[in-house]
Amino acid sequence: MIPTQTLQGVAEQLMAKAAIEIPDDYLTGIKAMAEQEEGDLSAFVLRAMLENYEAAKEDRRAMCADTGIPRWYVKYGNEAGIEGGPVALEATLRRATAKATHDVPLRPNRVHPLWRTDHNNNVGINAPEIEYSFEPEADWIELTTVHKGGLFGTDYRMLFPGDGIDGIKRFTLDTLIAFGKRGLACQPAIVGIGLGGSKDICMTLGKQAACLRTVGNRNPDPRVAELELELKDLGNKIGMGAMGFVGSSMVVDCHIEVGYTHTGGMPMSVHAFCLSSRRATARVHADGRIEYRHDPQWFTPYMRRETVEWETSRTSSAQSA
Amino acid sequence: MGDKPDKLRTVRLTTPVSAEAIAGLRLGDVVYLDGRVYTGREGVYQRVIDEGADLPVDPAEVGNVNFHCSPAAAVQDDGSFKVGAVTATASFRFAKWLERWFEVSGCKVIIGKGGMTSEAYRKYFVPNGAIYLTTVGYGTGALLGRGVKNVAAAHWLEDLGIAQALWVFDVENFGPFLVESDLQGNSLFERANAEVAKNLDALYEGLKAPALRRYGETDERKDELI
Repeated sequence: MIPTQTLQGVAEQLMAKAAIEIPDDYLTGIKAMAEQEEGDLSAFVLRAMLENYEAAKEDRRAMCADTGIPRWYVKYGNEAGIEGGPVALEATLRRATAKATHDVPLRPNRVHPLWRTDHNNNVGINAPEIEYSFEPEADWIELTTVHKGGLFGTDYRMLFPGDGIDGIKRFTLDTLIAFGKRGLACQPAIVGIGLGGSKDICMTLGKQAACLRTVGNRNPDPRVAELELELKDLGNKIGMGAMGFVGSSMVVDCHIEVGYTHTGGMPMSVHAFCLSSRRATARVHADGRIEYRHDPQWFTPYMRRETVEWETSRTSSAQSA
Repeated sequence: MGDKPDKLRTVRLTTPVSAEAIAGLRLGDVVYLDGRVYTGREGVYQRVIDEGADLPVDPAEVGNVNFHCSPAAAVQDDGSFKVGAVTATASFRFAKWLERWFEVSGCKVIIGKGGMTSEAYRKYFVPNGAIYLTTVGYGTGALLGRGVKNVAAAHWLEDLGIAQALWVFDVENFGPFLVESDLQGNSLFERANAEVAKNLDALYEGLKAPALRRYGETDERKDELI
């Protein structure tokens, strides 16, 4: 049994880490872009951001005051047990969100959409979001928090099979240009693209692609991986850099996730994870060990499975018996 | 590069910022501030402009710099404030309140994210001798947080919440900001947009349009959406 007290401590740590420490993969990507950037103003912005990441770590203060809308991703090992079950886990994550909002501090961004009620703790109706995935044969639980901004840089469109790659390129360009001007998307961004699924899952996949894969990571399907690199290159050829100034720093990386979709459609979503790409993950083992890391490792082979059945050692030994 | 200023020039200003200092600024200058600044965004504007409430501060005492900001801050058990990171929110949404705001507040410098249109600068800023500074990034929350040396006051905290309250900060070497508008109403961002726009037709060339169109408010990609 994993005690909820352990999970609460881990969750509070993750909230602080996400808000304060820029992930290594993103930092490396921005440093490379800063070196290549030829636009004076865009290069100045990137240098200021690099300095800002250092200041955040030194002072242990949030890197950006728009600390986004904190949310949770839980990967539940099939063999893991949590004291109090999933209801206790959700209470723990809500408690940690509220406590970290006060302690770090984060900006209490979450308000009622109509009445603008603010509990000053980033908790409310349907907030923070908690999404789940499962891992066969694991006895651990993984917690990931993502603090993503919530106003600009995302769009959805129903495309059709005949629109093809042209349609995907156009919509990518449309979204980056629309939100890249004046830097509303806070680029250079990790661009996440959801392709297929139903409409809601299309949005979910695109957001997860942006927030839960690291810079340099490629989709295991080589043709999807090729399209990722092509769209990254396209985005960086717009001629727009940081804050929309002339330059080449728009897309740090592009990640595509696919879901089987309606035979007549090709829905697409685009998401931009910003200059404060905030995520932090921890694996909590059944024996009490805790491992922190920047890579959520969310998209496992099990997550991307295409078959009806998924073979585990248990099912395969049952078959051979 | 087309929007490259001759050279990025760094300027340090004291608040309240004088008319002479404002007149000396050029688009693309890097600015740092010392003195006092105060925050205000839609919550404050609605209350003061739409509902006619009196400003809870004396404009003469809080400097003439209005920051479109909500800090990542918390009220401590002893009633004091802990300010972590400080960044701006996108300003274009607030243009509709500015005409009255300049009258009521007498402010001369607005700091925010992303600027406003040059039309808004000409209509509201230029007649008031005011200019716009944009935050950088976005956003350099930790650097700006370092520049806040003291919270002089936090007004309407109970009613508006931490994110919308009117905060008064004493600041030192507070920045960086970029000069986005000048006294003629020119915009640094629009200058960049014009450069980027030259490339757009070539980018879309040969990409066929999707089968199903969408109702939209503009199809001209050289336009901005703000």
